[in-house]
Amino acid sequence: MIKNLVGALLSAALVVVTAGAAQAQSDYPKRNIVMIVPFAAGGPTDVVARIVSEHMSRTLGQTVLIENVAGAGGTTGATRAMRAANDGYTVIMGHMGTHAAAVALYPNLAYKPDVDFEPVGMAAGTPILILAKKDLPAKDLKEFVAYVKANNEKLNMAHAGVGSVSHTTCLLLSSILQVKPIAVPFQGTGPAMNALVGGQVDYMCDQIVNAVPQIQGGTIKAYAIGTPERSPVLPDVPTTTEAGLPQYQASAWNAVFAPKGTPKEIVQKLADALDKALDDPAVRKRLLDLGSDIPGKDRRGPQALGTLVKNEIAKWTPIIKANM
Amino acid sequence: MTDLFANLWLGFSVAAHPYNIGFCLLGALVGTLVGVLPGIGTVATVAMLLPITFGLPPVGALIMLAGIYYGAQYGGSTTSVLVNIPGEATSVVTCLDGHQMARKGRAGAALSIAAIGSFLAGCVATVLVAALGVPLTSIALLFGPAEYFSLMVLGLIFAVVLAKGSVPKAIAMILLGLLLSMIGSDLETGAGRMTFDIPELSDGIGFANVAMGVFGFAEIIRNLEMSQESRDIVQSKITGLMPTRQDLIDSAGPIARGTILGSLLGILPGGGAVVASFAAYTFEKRISKHPELFGTGVIEGVAAPESANNAAAQTSFIPLLTLGIPPNAVMALMVGAMTIHGIVPGPQVMTKQPELFWGMIASMWLGNLMLVIINLPLVGLWVTLLRVPYRLLFPSIIVFCCIGIYSINNSPTDVIIAATFGLVGYWLAKHDFEPAPLVLAFVLGPLMEENLRRAMLIARGDATVFVTRPISAGLMLISLTLLVIAMLPMIRKRRDEVFVE
Repeated sequence: MIKNLVGALLSAALVVVTAGAAQAQSDYPKRNIVMIVPFAAGGPTDVVARIVSEHMSRTLGQTVLIENVAGAGGTTGATRAMRAANDGYTVIMGHMGTHAAAVALYPNLAYKPDVDFEPVGMAAGTPILILAKKDLPAKDLKEFVAYVKANNEKLNMAHAGVGSVSHTTCLLLSSILQVKPIAVPFQGTGPAMNALVGGQVDYMCDQIVNAVPQIQGGTIKAYAIGTPERSPVLPDVPTTTEAGLPQYQASAWNAVFAPKGTPKEIVQKLADALDKALDDPAVRKRLLDLGSDIPGKDRRGPQALGTLVKNEIAKWTPIIKANM
Repeated sequence: MTDLFANLWLGFSVAAHPYNIGFCLLGALVGTLVGVLPGIGTVATVAMLLPITFGLPPVGALIMLAGIYYGAQYGGSTTSVLVNIPGEATSVVTCLDGHQMARKGRAGAALSIAAIGSFLAGCVATVLVAALGVPLTSIALLFGPAEYFSLMVLGLIFAVVLAKGSVPKAIAMILLGLLLSMIGSDLETGAGRMTFDIPELSDGIGFANVAMGVFGFAEIIRNLEMSQESRDIVQSKITGLMPTRQDLIDSAGPIARGTILGSLLGILPGGGAVVASFAAYTFEKRISKHPELFGTGVIEGVAAPESANNAAAQTSFIPLLTLGIPPNAVMALMVGAMTIHGIVPGPQVMTKQPELFWGMIASMWLGNLMLVIINLPLVGLWVTLLRVPYRLLFPSIIVFCCIGIYSINNSPTDVIIAATFGLVGYWLAKHDFEPAPLVLAFVLGPLMEENLRRAMLIARGDATVFVTRPISAGLMLISLTLLVIAMLPMIRKRRDEVFVE
């Protein structure tokens, strides 16, 4: 008797919950949406998140709040997003590091980027530049490649810490060129850039946002940009393809993910809002001013992002494993 | 020179705009509050307030954030003096003599001289930023990993020299501080060191936890141990709020020297400001006619480090403004604020956005003026806090500290860590180990290790790099000289003892 009663109550509760969920999908969003940024406020990922979330808030009719959860190379924030309720009210601005490179970098990673998240869509990428101190003798990328190969272990390559974008993307360069320079770690891109400007180290790979002022000021050299097209911010810097190193393609992409099991309709709503934001002229201008690479229509949406994550994990895992 | 004046004029016309004055005042107020509330650090505050500034005009936003940063340097000394809790790493040394002055009933004089010293230092450093920002940047660039390592060594030697008691005990504290600073992830491999698989330890122990524990909590335990009467004596002795004529005469030299040291060391990224406050204190103790009185509540021991840390806070803007490279965590957040506003920080800011560059510099001077106006009247208020019965005061301090520590990372583990350090600090105090060298080593440890490893990597394992590079060699030489001077009295004493026998 009691058993039956409990059973009846449970099924009744279940009906209510499912009905509630169905309703939630049609009138989603009813309250603020939290977008976790797994890095500190003011960093490149944070800036992208704030620019797109502002426009997304307008489309969705509810504020998209940014919550910075920094630590452990962004994996702390990603873990929190994975464990959040999959009701569409918590999403994350993931990143090349947290949703691809982390798989190889952190053996005890609490989540699988390609399984534990619903991809929403690519937001914007930050192209990677190959940079060197200003008195490095090489004039262009060809000479640089020859110089690096000739001096190999004599050179010092700066990076912003193990697992940082500047580290993994330079490992890619090293694996293409078959060289093993000494990797000198710094705490963050700021100190690494300082050492490059001061000539304490020979070269580094870094995100365009950090490097533009130094390149324009003539304090460092930029050999090439690791994207298919030149950046409007640095029109004089050739692409790696133009400069003769097409294998080097690197961009620190930022993309929105929702926890696994978030209803399809909600994911689609979020993806549409993101898509609208990326088409807005004001948003585009702000992103382009920072040197960001805005994905074309074919690279947007859940499906494209799902494929990208799988490809990126497959691309970075062997490179990182071989060099750590 | 006329350029400088024209630029400063432009700066002041921007900074004096009612909006910007408002932002400057707001920043100075928030900064003072942050400095006064133990446990709430500038980095956390600026990070929390950063998103709010995105809706503001960029110049106003940056003026406000800058105000928070140097405002905290003013406020940080308040808790050091009153309750022996350093609000910021740079006010650790202020505890040494500042709190002793408070115990003698001279908290008012200590707080006033800290505000006056900070103001004078801030004024000088602002002019320095305006006039010599660009040439000074090139000095900062001469510092590579080897130079930084030597600078950190020098910093640790200061910690030995400033010790009141036994030199071996000071060295033991430094080594303990260095060991503690190594907890966390390895710089090169990312492997956990002494983390015992506790995720909260993977990024190391926070400065606030250690400082709050060994200074604040330990002090409270010791105070509770004292009888009610002896505490009341401390409270009843409170004399004049303002420094006496003699105090001002005694402080003039330390303020001037502290300002120079602070301005120079502040330009260097990383531990510059912290080393500056310790260096200024040590220097005053060295040249003082009564070095044995340092640590018992002499006004020079407050004036010098407080001037130094404020000068350093101003000049640390130089690398940010002229190069666009942030020298510390707060400056990194300022870079973020600039990028959000579409300003790319870098060498071009000065030419492309002169109103921003000069406006900020001018606002620093205005901010310093506001701070001294805010802080001097507050001295009376802070000092009355000391009259609150201790049975009411100490639970409030503990609650504030715990909230502060918890709020940095929303982590209960941090509160437990701080409590543990409280017990450790109590034990250390009972056995005459001083906490200041431990905290200094804890702050400088990671910088020292990083730069040592970087320097060795770049030199391919050749340790002579520290003596073959001229700046590094110079710093090493100063360290050695200081160490010998510190050891001399000990050696002499032992010899005297031998003679007596």
